[in-house]
Amino acid sequence: MPAINLTSNVKDNLDFIMHVSKESGQPVQHCYQCGKCTAGCPVAFAMDYPPNRIIRMVQLGLKEHVLKSQAIWLCAYCSTCTSRCPRNVNLARVMDCLRGMARREGIQLEGRAKKIALFYDCFLDTVKRNGKLYELGMMLNYNLKTGHFFKDAGTGLAMFTKGKIKLIPTKNENYKDLAQIFERIEEMEEKC
Amino acid sequence: MKYAYFPGCCDHTSAKEYDISTRAVCKNLGIELIDIPDWSCCGSTPGHSTSHLLGVALSARNLALVEEMGLDCTASCAACYQRLALANMEMKNDMKLCEKINCITGKPYHGGVKVKSIVEVVAELGPEQITARVLKPLENLKMAVYYGCLMVRPKEIQVDDPENPQIIDKLMRTVGGEVVDWSYKTECCGGGLAISNEDIVLRLTNKILKEAVDAGVNCIVTACPLCHFNLDMRQKKINKIFGTNYHLPVFYFTQLIGLATGLKPGELSLETHFVDTREVIKLIA
Ligand code: SF4
Ligand code: SF4
Repeated sequence: MPAINLTSNVKDNLDFIMHVSKESGQPVQHCYQCGKCTAGCPVAFAMDYPPNRIIRMVQLGLKEHVLKSQAIWLCAYCSTCTSRCPRNVNLARVMDCLRGMARREGIQLEGRAKKIALFYDCFLDTVKRNGKLYELGMMLNYNLKTGHFFKDAGTGLAMFTKGKIKLIPTKNENYKDLAQIFERIEEMEEKC
Repeated sequence: MKYAYFPGCCDHTSAKEYDISTRAVCKNLGIELIDIPDWSCCGSTPGHSTSHLLGVALSARNLALVEEMGLDCTASCAACYQRLALANMEMKNDMKLCEKINCITGKPYHGGVKVKSIVEVVAELGPEQITARVLKPLENLKMAVYYGCLMVRPKEIQVDDPENPQIIDKLMRTVGGEVVDWSYKTECCGGGLAISNEDIVLRLTNKILKEAVDAGVNCIVTACPLCHFNLDMRQKKINKIFGTNYHLPVFYFTQLIGLATGLKPGELSLETHFVDTREVIKLIA
């Protein structure tokens, strides 16, 4: 990370700090950087900034760096950090909130983060259409969008032989309810 | 005992063993599970990672359906349990959020439902009631009980201690199994990253398998479909990539209670695992 003028940053981005703590409901200001969250994080090895750094960056108002980070997407929501934090910061919840903000701000994702977000989209797309997850449809769509058409084909075949793949989706009787939920939330979030 | 049962979207696919064995065991133990009419996906990690409102709303729709049934709710899948329980807690504690979500789903929920994991529901029976049904104690099975993350964290919804839970260990001892102490009980397998970033999941799952093998067990026990899929289906790939030679069957706790209480392997879907379960099952007298 290049040198950053922290004094002006905190001032300019005070909104960001307040916003994160309000939206996530978490006292991010209370973090005293003990590093316990990072010590127990199973995915920290693959992150660009470990969890405690993300919280520090939020405290310092480094909005752009935080929202563009890989870390917020790599977080697997295991809540190990949450259950161990001596300052009662639910980091998993903060990560969730940051992902949501990155989405709404239309941040262009790259690398691992991009694949994770795409997977989430493909998953939710089947829920929106059918009411329930349709695994095969999700996989095919994900492969199509990543351009790896035969990724996990071996897995698919093995699943098929064990009778663990359904070729057609199970549609809810009131599947339209689900599309409506998605649409209403999109509308609400566009407004704020 | 009677519960509205939320089986989760993988009930007929990747986690069919869990659904089949849950239904069979509950029937056998006198726990009545009633299907929730028109239940829908809880959204899992993709839901709450995309939007907090979406995560809560997808679960709330189901809670409203359960409330109409006048029952409490139980989920077998650890991920579904966590989502439903967290949404329930948030809606009960935050009136404003509750109103907003009810507007979104169009199905008002009033906070009248309790959400329990199927692990808690079975454990509530108490050891005497379960022991009375045991026909084939699971002697010779030495197991590592693997809880993963979703039902022991965060604390608002945990079914037991987040670092050293005992609830399934106790159930396994009740049906005659030997459980080991090991340090990876609640480590994360990487769960939902499997499709997008498989290398991370293989690395985490390899560590869990190694710890289990080092603890000298002949099987792993779980209550989470994501953990099960990573540990069972990916075991072959892990062996190939890391040069290991694991052959460790991974059971759902319901399958083992089923075997101990006299259900047949076919009734518990023991033949649909990727790691062959037959050798280990033979160890049970
Ligand atoms: S564990 Fe809590 S207090 Fe310690 S660094 Fe992490 S967030 Fe801050
Ligand atoms: S919840 Fe996310 S940040 Fe916290 S320990 Fe788990 S993976 Fe790491």
